[in-house]
Amino acid sequence: MKNPLDSLWGTVICGLILTAILYALVKNVLTPGA
Amino acid sequence: MDIGLALARWVHFMAGIMWVGLLYYFNFVQVAALKAATADGSNAGITRHVVPRALFYFRWAAVVTWLAGAALLGDQFVNAFTLSKGMAGIGVGAWLGTIMLFNVWVLIWPNQQKILGLKPATDEQKASARRIAFLTSRANVVLSMPLLFFMAGGWSHRGLFGL
Repeated sequence: MKNPLDSLWGTVICGLILTAILYALVKNVLTPGA
Repeated sequence: MDIGLALARWVHFMAGIMWVGLLYYFNFVQVAALKAATADGSNAGITRHVVPRALFYFRWAAVVTWLAGAALLGDQFVNAFTLSKGMAGIGVGAWLGTIMLFNVWVLIWPNQQKILGLKPATDEQKASARRIAFLTSRANVVLSMPLLFFMAGGWSHRGLFGL
């Protein structure tokens, strides 16, 4: 499988996915009472 | 010390723009430019005059950004890094910035020194260093996206997190 970081689009998409995952984690798990 | 916090925020922004700006320059401009320049034999000027200067400001801007960010967190520093007391958003940003700083000084810069000939390395070691530096730099682009999201919205815009 090709490494997504070899392409700029793959890199940007990875960044967007990581942002969404971390946002969900902070909002739903790490922020009490949210 | 409102003036201290204001200065820390100002320095944090300026240095952060320089750091991430140069990171984006490397990834969005220089990688493709060097590939094309190497193909037509005109890469020497970039390698000799541009890359070392860009790397100098890149790695030191990373340090200044982190230190100014730590000063800005002040007495919330521990709460941020332990993701507690409503500081989880900015804390995730702080962790991402810390990982990126580690990547700059431990993975990118030592390998760039081999690539640029500042440290002795065989052709095989240079090829390996080039791949490590490239992938780490790309990983920092990935990390910069949630970093900027949390830095911009984690603390200032608490409503986004239902606080």
